[in-house]
Amino acid sequence: RDACAEPHQLSKGETIHTLKTESETLKAKLEEERAKLHDVELHQVAEKIEALGQFVMKTRRTLKGHGNKVLCMDWCRDKRRIVSSSQDGKVIVWDAYTTNKEHAVTMPCTWVMACAYAPSGCAVACGGLDNKCSVYPLSLDKNENLAAKKKSVAMHTNYLSSCSFTNSDMQILTSSGDGTCALWDVESGQLLQSFHGHSADVLSLNLAPSETGNTFVSGGCDKKANVWDMRSGQNVQSFETHESDINCVKYYPSGDAFATGSDDATCRLYDLRADREVAIYSKESIIFGASSVDFSLSGRLLFAGYNDYTINVWDVLKGTRVAILFGHENRVSTVRVSPDGTAFCSGSWDSTLRIWA
Amino acid sequence: MSTTNNIAQARKLVEQLRIEAGYERIKVSKAAADLMSYCEQHARSDPLLVGVPTSENPFKDKKPCIIL
Repeated sequence: RDACAEPHQLSKGETIHTLKTESETLKAKLEEERAKLHDVELHQVAEKIEALGQFVMKTRRTLKGHGNKVLCMDWCRDKRRIVSSSQDGKVIVWDAYTTNKEHAVTMPCTWVMACAYAPSGCAVACGGLDNKCSVYPLSLDKNENLAAKKKSVAMHTNYLSSCSFTNSDMQILTSSGDGTCALWDVESGQLLQSFHGHSADVLSLNLAPSETGNTFVSGGCDKKANVWDMRSGQNVQSFETHESDINCVKYYPSGDAFATGSDDATCRLYDLRADREVAIYSKESIIFGASSVDFSLSGRLLFAGYNDYTINVWDVLKGTRVAILFGHENRVSTVRVSPDGTAFCSGSWDSTLRIWA
Repeated sequence: MSTTNNIAQARKLVEQLRIEAGYERIKVSKAAADLMSYCEQHARSDPLLVGVPTSENPFKDKKPCIIL
């Protein structure tokens, strides 16, 4: 008999106890299988490669204009435009080369925690305490009122924590304080797929690099990082080694691994094919949470923004820190490498964004 | 009411774990080698890793000429 057909009734011989025993047995088996393949540590394998030299990275641009905490930012594929959102409800589109503001819109809510640039560069999506994700087409006419063309796409039952267009302007993936992620059709606002499995707020999501196929990873307050099949809605892999909220998840450029940043003051690397954590980026002196992480183009460097106002740069393979960047005057809330890898942008509660290279 | 929810949850967990148990995994040594290989292959084209000349990075301003 198909167990899915009648979820509230037990099959013959099944009790709540047999189910519990089976789940314990399966968990133990999973632990055993994972342990068998744990033959070496990543940093040990990486001992034979050359250490990285000194890094000199400086702030090359400072984007001033938000009146309050910057919560999120995203790069346009043109490698020079940036969208950012803040606590006071403002969403600004900048030209990062010149620092000029090209568009600005005020959302009807505060704490705009999520924003994303459309692949075409012709629209931006954003949301936060309004529990929605809205799309604003960007007009060539800078005087046009962007708010007039606003399109509500996603509706959650709690705050929107993160959003991302898929490979086109037509679909958006969202994560929410309501514990779910969802895939939406932009044109109709229709819910295409929902993703259930987290037991608390989902704080971040990241789509796998397009070559790897239709999956994404999410992280949240249940300390879990989950990998999902976008078509079926199935949770295909789950990782639970962090000791506190996972604030950010980001795929390694090959798509075979992903990194996380957590309130437990560590960043970690999980390999999808080994199905386990393979590196921890931590130091005794780092005691504040990591809010945001991103990889350089080759995957060798991991940039991580922290609540102690710094950005730490890690050697992903060796597990060591190669640079610490000062400049922000409050928590770093978001860090993203530009599409061509020439720079990275950080956003902070000090209301500024900085471009580093 | 809560009993039926517990049963549904317990069954869901068992199903999820069955899926995860059936997964094919590789050794960390192999996974690590592949991660390293990717880094190596792409190192040269990673501007933040190897650095690019000022003239090629739009964010690094060229020094202005000063006419004395």
